[in-house]
Amino acid sequence: MPKWIREGKLKPSSEWNKDLKIKFTVQDPCQIVRKSFGDKIADDFRFAIAQAVGEENIAEMYPNKSNNYCCGGGGGFLQSGFKDQRLEYGRLKDEQIKQSGAQYCIAGCHNCHAQIHELSHHYGGNYQVVHFWTILALSLGILGPNERTYLGDDLKDVNVFHPESALY
Amino acid sequence: MIMADVAIKLEGKSRRSLLDDVKALLPEGNLSLCLTCGLCSSGCPATGLEGMDPRKFLRMLVLGLDEEILKSDWPWMCTMCQRCVYVCPMKIDIPQLIFNVRGARPRDERPKGIRNSCDVAVASESCSAMGTPVEDFKFVVNDVLAEYREAQPEFADMQAPIDKVGAEFFINQNSREPMMEPDEMVPLWKILHLAEVDWTYGSRAWAAENYCLFLADAKNWEHLVRKKAEMATELGCKTYLNTE
Repeated sequence: MPKWIREGKLKPSSEWNKDLKIKFTVQDPCQIVRKSFGDKIADDFRFAIAQAVGEENIAEMYPNKSNNYCCGGGGGFLQSGFKDQRLEYGRLKDEQIKQSGAQYCIAGCHNCHAQIHELSHHYGGNYQVVHFWTILALSLGILGPNERTYLGDDLKDVNVFHPESALY
Repeated sequence: MIMADVAIKLEGKSRRSLLDDVKALLPEGNLSLCLTCGLCSSGCPATGLEGMDPRKFLRMLVLGLDEEILKSDWPWMCTMCQRCVYVCPMKIDIPQLIFNVRGARPRDERPKGIRNSCDVAVASESCSAMGTPVEDFKFVVNDVLAEYREAQPEFADMQAPIDKVGAEFFINQNSREPMMEPDEMVPLWKILHLAEVDWTYGSRAWAAENYCLFLADAKNWEHLVRKKAEMATELGCKTYLNTE
C-alpha cells in the first residue's frame, strides 16, 4: 500500500483529521516486522499511516518497530485456553497503548486485532483497534456506513461514503 | 523479580534428553553460550507467568529438568514472538526451543483449542480452521460483492475474483471475516480496485490461518502450507500475499 501511494495510484488525504486530531498508535506485527522485514517495513507502514491520518496524529508506543512487545495474541495463545494468563501477558501492551494517548490502535494482523480488542475492554482503556485498510479507505473517502464495525462513535459519521446505504 | 512458589530440587546426575535434541540446532541451540544476562526475560511479556521466564526456561533445559519443563504449560504462553532472540547478545533461539518442547508433548495432551483448529483445517478443502466450506466462501464473497456494486455505483466494476488464472497476487483470507463480519472484507477490495491491482482468491486453500504451526505439528503445518502454495501455483500467481 505504501508503494501504491508513492506511485500515485492511491491518493489518501488526512484532511478529515485536521481538526479532529484523533491519535493513532501502531502495533507492529511481530511476524512482519521483527521476524521478517525489520524496521524498514515498519517505517514504510508509518509513511502510509501518516498519509491517512496526518503525521502529527501518530502516537508511538515505546519500544516499537523491531523492539515492539508482542500483544499476546500470537503463537496460538488465543486458542490455547489460558485466558487469564493471556490477559496478564497483554497487560504490558495495554499500558503501552494507554501511555501513547491514542484513541485508536492500528493492528496489522488478525490475532493482534482480536487480542487488543479484548485488552481494551478488559482493562477499561476504551481505545479502538482497527485494520489499516479501514483507515486508509476512510482517508480515501470510500468507507461506507456498514464498514465501520470497529470505529468508535468519534468516527462513525466522519467522511461517510454513501451514507444512504446504512443498514441501521 | 517474580519467584516460583516451589523451589526446584536438583537430584544428582541430570537426565539429559531435551538438551541433546537441542544440540542438533547448533549454533542457535548452543545453550552453553548463554551469559545468563537476563535481557530475554526483562523484555518478555510472558515473564512471571507460571513462575517462569525465558532465562529460567533455558537454565532448566541446561540442568536437564526435562520432566518439569514438559509438565509446565508455560511453553504455550510464550508466543514465540522472538523478542528474546532479537535482544540476546548470543542469539540463542529460545522460541525454537519452545516449539520443540511443545512438540515433545504427546499430541493429544496439547491444548485442545489449538489442536481442534489444526485438525479442522487439515480436514477442510479451504484449509480453514473454522471448517468453512468452499461453497460457503464463494457464496459470501459473491453475495457481498454484488451488494456493494449496487449500493456504491463508483464500485460497480469492482472485482473479488476467485480462481483468476494468471493474477499477479494470490491473496489469502482469514476465515473470521467471511463467516462472521463479511463487510470487513470490503475496504481491502476497494483499495485493490482503486490501485488497479491484479489479484485473486483461491476457491481451495484460501484460508490464511495455520494453527498446526502453533500446535508444533510440523507435518500438518507443512501440509497446509503446501496446499496453499499449490493453489497459488496452479493459478499461475506471482506473489502470495498473506493478510495475516
